[in-house]
Amino acid sequence: MDIRPILSTLNRHKITAWLLILQIALTCAIVCNAVFLIHQRLQQMDIASGIAEHELVQIKFTYIGDRPDAYAQAQTDLATLRQIPGAQAVALANQLPLSGVDMSSSGLKLHPNQRQNTLEAASYYGQNLLATLGVRLISGRDFQPDELLDLNAVMPALHSGDMKKLPHTVIVAQAVAARLWPGQNALGKTIYVGNDIPLQVVGVSAPLARPDNLQMGAQYSIVLPIRLTATEGGSYVIRTAPEDREQVLKSALAALKRLDPNRIVLEQRTYDELRHGFFENDRAMAGMLLGVIVALLIVTALGIAGLSSFWVGQRRRTIGVRRALGATRTNILHYFQTENFLLATIGIALGMALAYGINLFLMMHYELPRLPGIYLPVGALALWAIGQLAVLGPALRAAAVPPVVATRGG
Amino acid sequence: MFGYYFDLALRSLRRNKVLTALMVLAIALGIGASMTTLTVLHVLSGDPLPGRSSTLYAPQLDPRDMGDYQPHGEPPDRVTWIDGMNLLQAKRADRQALMTGGSVAIQPAQSALDPFYEAARYTTADFFPMFGVPFQYGHAWGASEDAASAAVVVISSKLNDRLFGGRDSSGRMLRVEGHALRIIGVLGDWRPNPHFYDLNVKNYGGSEGVYLPLSTSQDLHLAHLGGASCWGNGGADATPTAPCVWLQFWVQLDTPSQTAAYRQFLIHYSQEQKSLGRFQRPPNVRLRNLMQWLDYEHVVPGDVRLQTWLALGFLLVCLVNTVGLMLAKFLRRSAELGVRRALGASRRALFMQLLVESGVIGLAGGLGGLLLAYLGLWLVRRQPADYAPLAHLDGAMLLMTFLLAVGASLLAGGLPAWRACRIAPGLQLKSN
Repeated sequence: MDIRPILSTLNRHKITAWLLILQIALTCAIVCNAVFLIHQRLQQMDIASGIAEHELVQIKFTYIGDRPDAYAQAQTDLATLRQIPGAQAVALANQLPLSGVDMSSSGLKLHPNQRQNTLEAASYYGQNLLATLGVRLISGRDFQPDELLDLNAVMPALHSGDMKKLPHTVIVAQAVAARLWPGQNALGKTIYVGNDIPLQVVGVSAPLARPDNLQMGAQYSIVLPIRLTATEGGSYVIRTAPEDREQVLKSALAALKRLDPNRIVLEQRTYDELRHGFFENDRAMAGMLLGVIVALLIVTALGIAGLSSFWVGQRRRTIGVRRALGATRTNILHYFQTENFLLATIGIALGMALAYGINLFLMMHYELPRLPGIYLPVGALALWAIGQLAVLGPALRAAAVPPVVATRGG
Repeated sequence: MFGYYFDLALRSLRRNKVLTALMVLAIALGIGASMTTLTVLHVLSGDPLPGRSSTLYAPQLDPRDMGDYQPHGEPPDRVTWIDGMNLLQAKRADRQALMTGGSVAIQPAQSALDPFYEAARYTTADFFPMFGVPFQYGHAWGASEDAASAAVVVISSKLNDRLFGGRDSSGRMLRVEGHALRIIGVLGDWRPNPHFYDLNVKNYGGSEGVYLPLSTSQDLHLAHLGGASCWGNGGADATPTAPCVWLQFWVQLDTPSQTAAYRQFLIHYSQEQKSLGRFQRPPNVRLRNLMQWLDYEHVVPGDVRLQTWLALGFLLVCLVNTVGLMLAKFLRRSAELGVRRALGASRRALFMQLLVESGVIGLAGGLGGLLLAYLGLWLVRRQPADYAPLAHLDGAMLLMTFLLAVGASLLAGGLPAWRACRIAPGLQLKSN
């Protein structure tokens, strides 16, 4: 099809044509970036925690007032919880992956007297932790029961610098091992934390996500041989079959209340609920972005349709003349479709440059990666499709203009 | 004349209802989205203590050891117990308060209420006069209660409503973590947002229910909340001797010369501590006032800024859309306009007529946008973020909506009207 007559017509409606192009360009740029942002969020929400997510429930409570016998109480609690029908394993953990608060983290160094930490890892500790969470050991061993130290003994030792009462061993997650000793066997290696406290790696675990601050390395976690109690912020974690979770949670709460009614329950949830809560903001943001994309495309489609209708109305006589001179309905239909395609193409070309610019701005201010090239053709296809859909109605109406219009005045 | 133009505009708009609806809808959507996000941004970046914020400062020191040292790094945003106490006792500012957050179990005297947890603030006495905290009943505590670790407590009006049905509870006892404390005051309505004095607990909506002297909280071993950042042989424990920062310190400095003097004092103090061997790093101090502090701490979530940019982009697309449609519409009426020109109407008169028509669309779109903004804010309030309950339209933002709507419509109508009224009367008449 010859596009010269189209161009010369558009030339007579320069401002309107450029406005349409501008609108398509802006829409293309915003939609490309918004889709990219949604993809980023979804990708983040997809992160593997590394634990048996659908089989865990968590109970967190605290006592009113001081509790000198907390460690004895914790052992009684754990023994009682193990007796609950359906409970496969019970742990007392300081924190859980993706729980939203980094309660404890450690800067890891490869050498004593090293100035900068090599990396910052979330530290997990507690009783019977890895087995209950379902974190597999890739190599090495889990902690022996007699290896665990009490947190209330570790803290004073930490302050006095008494190395004998501090942990000597550590289990590191795979990502930590790969970062610290790439291509080497991590077992037996030593890392230094705090005031150059040496910790020997006795095990390497499968991936284990951190509780929060995923941007610092989502899978940078270590496990320490320390025991804690509910008064020190620990929570009980019970592993059970997915279908028994509600029942086990209920019986566990009742059992704990029976043991000691003087506690306040702070959390009682399945791990799935915990994870759902962690990504709530991301989900809301993705939803909002999706809403904006849909609204933008609708506004643009309606704008194109409205403008095309106008042009069709304005050119009824011209169309009639062309029809009278032998142009078929299909010719007229194609004329308007081609016109729209031309405008959309120019708009998309501009829009891609603009999309790139917006992405540069976002990269500077919001720690976003570069927009992958794949988004540009996808955005272009979407806008071409929307443009063709929007112009179809007016173009069909134009094609229906009978040749006799040419003979009428006005 | 205006009335006549208005009548003409309505006729013209009625002639093409779908198109009119389309233009109004586009403007309404754009304005609704922008106003929703701008309102959220406005609420979140607001001044929590208007009138006082310029005299409140958060001093920062760098007490850390040489581990992980980087020259020109920022000092920690909290202070250690020892530094906090030293600065407090130096009394170099008009007022100064050292504080931290906590969470305490409240055991109501009425057996009908179960024990519950309440956010607490452990602070020294200047907190109340320095931040201008209003009292409904009773009064704050003073330096003597701080020194004596008195068993006193100030509660929020919300907690007072819950426990005592809103009656004057000063003088009564409150059981906190198993200890009996005497209530000496009940706060009035005081909910500064952002929660500027302690951003480690919560950025928004973090007002506490219970306030008690810092010294008392130490004596009673009340649990500290908000974490601690430690170095050297510090664990994660917030104790007076640990090498950890875990307390907030605020001062009131009324004049620039006082501010300069205080900054000098902080440098001097750091040097002194270094010569004593407590500090190892070269003096590295900051003295930011409240609004600079909020900016430094990136209190406004990045998502909210991003949403605002997105909404403004959306508004731009909607405006371009409306300009295009209006231009097409005005140009199509060239014949009619040509007749009016030929009959003696000036260009100015035509321009005014068309501008009135676009103004009507803008106003209708603005009203629609306002409704959509209310809907949008309602949706924001249902979001899980901790700032969500604050998203309400205030007077300033209402005015802003109005201005935005009128501005947008004039922008959207101005160009098409200007273009359309520049027609030669003869040409249009001839072609018909």
